[in-house]
Amino acid sequence: MEAFELLFQGFQVLMTWDKIALMMLGLVLGIFVGVLPGLGGPNGVAILLPLTFSMDPTSAIVMLSCIYWGALFGGAITSILFNIPGEAWSVATTFDGYPMAQQGRAAEALTAAFTSSFVGSLVAVLLITFLSPRIADFALRFGPPEFFSVYLLTFCSFVGLGREARHKIVISMSLGLLLAGIGMDTVSGQLRMTFGSTELLRGVNFLVAVIGLFGISEILLTMEERLALQGHPAHMSLKVVWRVWMSLPRYWWTLLRSAVIGCWLGITPGGAIAASFMSYNLAKRLDKDKDSFGKGRIEGVFAPETAAHAAGTAALLPMLALGIPGSGTAAILLGGLMVWGLNPGPLLFVEHKSFVWGTIASMYLGNIVGLVLVLSTVPVFAAVLRVPFAAIAPMIVVSCAIGAYAVQNAMFDIWLMLGFGVIGYVFKKLGYPLAPLTLALVLGSRTEDAFRLSMIGAEGDLRVFWSNGLVGSITTLALVLLFWPLISQAAGRALGWVRPVRREAEG
Amino acid sequence: MAIDSTPTTPADSRPVVGTRPIDIVVSLMLLGLALVLGWDSWRIGMSWASDGPQAGYFPFYLALMMGAASVYGLVQAWRARAAEDPPFVLRDQFVRVMQVFVPTLAYCFAMQFLGLYVASFLLIAGFMWWTGGIAPWISLLTSFLFTAAMFVTFEIAFNVIMPKGPLEAAFGF
Repeated sequence: MEAFELLFQGFQVLMTWDKIALMMLGLVLGIFVGVLPGLGGPNGVAILLPLTFSMDPTSAIVMLSCIYWGALFGGAITSILFNIPGEAWSVATTFDGYPMAQQGRAAEALTAAFTSSFVGSLVAVLLITFLSPRIADFALRFGPPEFFSVYLLTFCSFVGLGREARHKIVISMSLGLLLAGIGMDTVSGQLRMTFGSTELLRGVNFLVAVIGLFGISEILLTMEERLALQGHPAHMSLKVVWRVWMSLPRYWWTLLRSAVIGCWLGITPGGAIAASFMSYNLAKRLDKDKDSFGKGRIEGVFAPETAAHAAGTAALLPMLALGIPGSGTAAILLGGLMVWGLNPGPLLFVEHKSFVWGTIASMYLGNIVGLVLVLSTVPVFAAVLRVPFAAIAPMIVVSCAIGAYAVQNAMFDIWLMLGFGVIGYVFKKLGYPLAPLTLALVLGSRTEDAFRLSMIGAEGDLRVFWSNGLVGSITTLALVLLFWPLISQAAGRALGWVRPVRREAEG
Repeated sequence: MAIDSTPTTPADSRPVVGTRPIDIVVSLMLLGLALVLGWDSWRIGMSWASDGPQAGYFPFYLALMMGAASVYGLVQAWRARAAEDPPFVLRDQFVRVMQVFVPTLAYCFAMQFLGLYVASFLLIAGFMWWTGGIAPWISLLTSFLFTAAMFVTFEIAFNVIMPKGPLEAAFGF
C-alpha cells in the first residue's frame, strides 16, 4: 500500500543519530514542560520554537513534536499526583486520577494514563498514516472559498459549541481577529490600526501573545493560590505496570470509543479539551456504576487520556494537510512551519514528501520512546515539583522573556507579553475563554486573506461559498454550528423536553 | 513576606474588589477598544469596493461585533446583584500576585539597560531570597547556574540573540 511505502521512507529519514538524539531531547524537555505549571503545551512549544530556527525543518519538527508528546504525557503526572492539571485537557484526568493516588494507587493511575495516552496517539497516528496520501488528492480541490469555509467552521463551532457565556466567546474571538489585523494589510498594503506607531507595524505576533496569555498569566494565577505542593509519592514498579497492561484488553471498548472521540474532535476544531471531557462523561454515563466515577475508577483515567491524546495527535492532520490547527499547540507548530518556509497545505504532501513522512514516522517512534521514558522517569519529574515555587516562578518568567524576544528581536514584544499576561490573568478569572483568542490570532490573517481572495475571484458575490458541494456543505455546517444552541433548544422543545447544555462532571 | 509551602498563617481573605466592578471595567475597556479600532477601520475605508471588501471592512465589523458583545456584557454586569458578588481577588492573593508582577515589571525595564541575562540573574536571585526566603548563597548560586545555562544554550549554542548590557560587552559579546 502506498502509505506503508511512504512511511518506510519516512523512517529512513528519521533513523539518523542526530534526529534520534533530538527526539530524546524533545521528549525530556516536553515532559518537563508539561509537568511545570505555567510552561504548558502551547507556551512551552512557543518558548522552545526559537531553538529550532537554526535547524533544518525535519529535525526541527521532530524535536517540536516530541516536545508536544512529552508535554501531553507530562500533564498527566501533575494531574494525578498533585491534583494540578498540567494542561486544560488533563483536568478530566484529575477527577479519578487524584482519588486513585489518594488511595495509594498512584502508580496504577500513572501507568493507566500513560498507556491509554499511547493507545490514543497510536490510533490517531494510524489514522493520519492512512488518510495522508488521500489528503493530497482531496485537498488540491481546496481553493480560497473552501479554506475560508473551513476557518468559518472553526470559529462558528467555538461560538456555537462553547461552554462559556456566548458574548464572552464572541469578544475573545473578535479581539483575536482584530489583533491579528494590526499592521500591514497583505492584500492592499495599507497600514491598519497602527496609529502611526512603528512598533505596531510588526503587528501582534501570536507566539508572543501565547507566551503572555498562557505563561505569564499562569504564573500570576499560581501565585494566588499559595501553592502547597504536597503531592503523593509515586513508586513505580514493574509489577504494577505489568498488571495494568494485562488488564487493558478488558477495557478495549472504553479505549476504542475514547480514541474515536479524540480523533474526531482532534481533526475537527474541537480540541483535546472537549475530547477529554466528552469521553469522560460518556464513559460515566454508559457505565452501570455511575457513582463510583470520581472516586478512583480506572476507566475515569483511561477515557479522558486516550481521547485527549488522540485529539492532540489528530489535530496535526488538518494542520499539515490544510494549514488549519485543531489545537493551540498545533497552531504554534503551524507558525513554526511557516517560519521554516514550509507552507502547510496540500502541496506540502506533494513537494516535501520526506518532511511529511519523516514527521509521521517520528510520531510513531516518539510515542513508543515517550511511553518508556515517562514510565521510567516519573519519580524524577515528580521531584521537580518539590523545588520551591519561589525558584521556579522567576525561571519561568525568564524563559518566557527569552521566548518572546527571540521571535522578532523586539523589546516591544516583551511589553506585549506582559500585557497579554495581565489580559490572560483577568480573562481567566472572568471566564473569558482563551482558546478562541489564540486560534483567532493564528488564523486571523489567513481567514481574512481567504475571504478577500474568494471575493476578488467571485467579483464580490457571496454565493461563491455555496458554489460547489464541498464548500457549500462546510459553510452550511458552519452556520448550523453557529446557531446550534438555538437549534437544539428549538428541537428539544419540539420534542417535548429541553436538554440543558451543561458540563456534567463539574465535581 | 515569604511564601510557605504549607499554609500555617491564617489567610487574609478580605476581598480587594468584587467581580462585578472588574466585569464592568473590562467591558468598558473592551468597548473603548472596539470604538477606537472601529474608528480607524472606518477611516481607512470599510465599504465594499467593486472587487471585494476594502482594507477596513473586516476590522470594522469585527470591532462592531466586539463592541456589541461588550455592551451586552456591560449591561449584564451592571444588572448583576451587588450582594451576591464573589470577590475578584482576595487581599493576600493580591499581595502574592503583586509580589511576582512588580518584580517582573522591573525586570522588563532593567533588561533594556543591563541586558537580559544580568537582569534575569537579579530577578531569580532576588525573588528566591526576598520572596521565597531561601538562603542567599543558594539563591545566588542557583540563579547564576540557571542564567549561565540559558546564556550558553541560547547565545552560544543556538545563536539566538538576546538584549545584552555592559557586562557582556566587557567580555566581548
